[in-house]
Amino acid sequence: MSTEIVQKVLAGDVRATARLLRWIDDGRGEARRLLKVLYPRTGRARIIGITGNPGAGKSTLTDHLIRYFRSRDLRVAVVAIDPTSPFSGGAILGDRIRMQEHATDDGVFIRSFATRGHLGGLTSTTSDVVHALDAGGWQVILVETVGVGQDEVDVQRLAQTTVVVMAPGMGDEIQAIKAGVLEIADIFVVNKADREGADRTVRELQMMLDLEKVTQAELAHHGPVQSLLAAAEQRVSPAGWVPPVLKTTAVRGEGLDELCRALDDHHQVFLDACRDPQFVQARLRQQFLDVFRRTLVARGWSYLVHEDHLKQIVDRLQRGEADPYTLAEEAVKAVGGP
Amino acid sequence: MAEERKLRILVAKPGLDGHDRGAKVVARSLRDAGMEVIYTGLHQTPEMIVATAIQEDVDAVGLSIMSGAHNVLFPAVVKGLREQGADDVVVFGGGIIPDDDIPRLAEAGVSQVFTPGTPTGQIIEWVRQNVRPRG
Repeated sequence: MSTEIVQKVLAGDVRATARLLRWIDDGRGEARRLLKVLYPRTGRARIIGITGNPGAGKSTLTDHLIRYFRSRDLRVAVVAIDPTSPFSGGAILGDRIRMQEHATDDGVFIRSFATRGHLGGLTSTTSDVVHALDAGGWQVILVETVGVGQDEVDVQRLAQTTVVVMAPGMGDEIQAIKAGVLEIADIFVVNKADREGADRTVRELQMMLDLEKVTQAELAHHGPVQSLLAAAEQRVSPAGWVPPVLKTTAVRGEGLDELCRALDDHHQVFLDACRDPQFVQARLRQQFLDVFRRTLVARGWSYLVHEDHLKQIVDRLQRGEADPYTLAEEAVKAVGGP
Repeated sequence: MAEERKLRILVAKPGLDGHDRGAKVVARSLRDAGMEVIYTGLHQTPEMIVATAIQEDVDAVGLSIMSGAHNVLFPAVVKGLREQGADDVVVFGGGIIPDDDIPRLAEAGVSQVFTPGTPTGQIIEWVRQNVRPRG
């Protein structure tokens, strides 16, 4: 069964891939076993992240990017993420509405996911989803994040190129300083550029990017990041790339050639950076830390639900026999694992 | 990686009518019932709906139609899913559909038809009873 689905996924079979993505999304044990087999076949895809405020035009731009990469005869997968309602646990996934033109093109695979409570703009398993698609020979993978605008910076660790999309007149200029969105972009797009205030948004972004360069120079002066956790969060991007700020009007198709050119330029810079073993190591370190963190949590969770462990712990807490700190440390020791 | 299976439902509007209020109300109700609803917008061909259902690995497809073309379009979706080997996807529908047409749709593989005035609670209940998360 497992080998059969692996063969099908590797051959790009849409149904098998769709099912595997379901298993990954649902956190099924089989998914991880299959990912181990698929992993050696990854590393070939070009991964582009698209993030930005709700309504800025991410899906419409994604739609144009699909068309661009299809015109170069590349197989394109889209991973589109929308928020899960914290109240009902349900979600409406509507990013596909803007991509309907590609619905029956068998060189395009579009999959919608709900965040299911994960913060950061992706789902907790988006990197696994991208690995599976990569192994399946999808040559370009477009990851469209939840549009929240402030904290969804996970995508820059996963993507090779991150595009931040903004629209004028939404208070974006100020949001960008608060957010950390400024730091994650390889390319800025001010979409809906036919609207009033577009030039001002571009100017203010440029200004803030200049400030950002000064800050980074100061950070560099303080030496390399020593802490492991900081390394996990740190942005790994090719040195010497200055993020361009581009204007587009996606619904009219304006400015898209420039965007595609910038994407290709940045891709080349990324490929060049990959010749530096240290750059590759930094990216692999992030990839590992992400998987490690999730493995730890999963192990701990399955220990707690196994044989009433959680209940025993809480009972001891209730009887006043121990404090939660000691109990947590004991539980972690007991988790162990094969 | 705690395991969490959720129902995934595609709500689609086949055909040429532009009335998607009903589809949106149903989509929202299913969301509020804790399901993940993929909504694709207007003017879908049966081929588009089938391709989307497969890429999204949904458990059920809910079709909404007001134009009167249900006798052609609903069975076309069922047939397309079968041709792709996805005959385990439950197909249900709603919209302005004469009572006389319902038996024929059932015969074609449409599991349930909801006509105007159906309370959303009834649709949710039916989905819960008749659709299982697969995997």
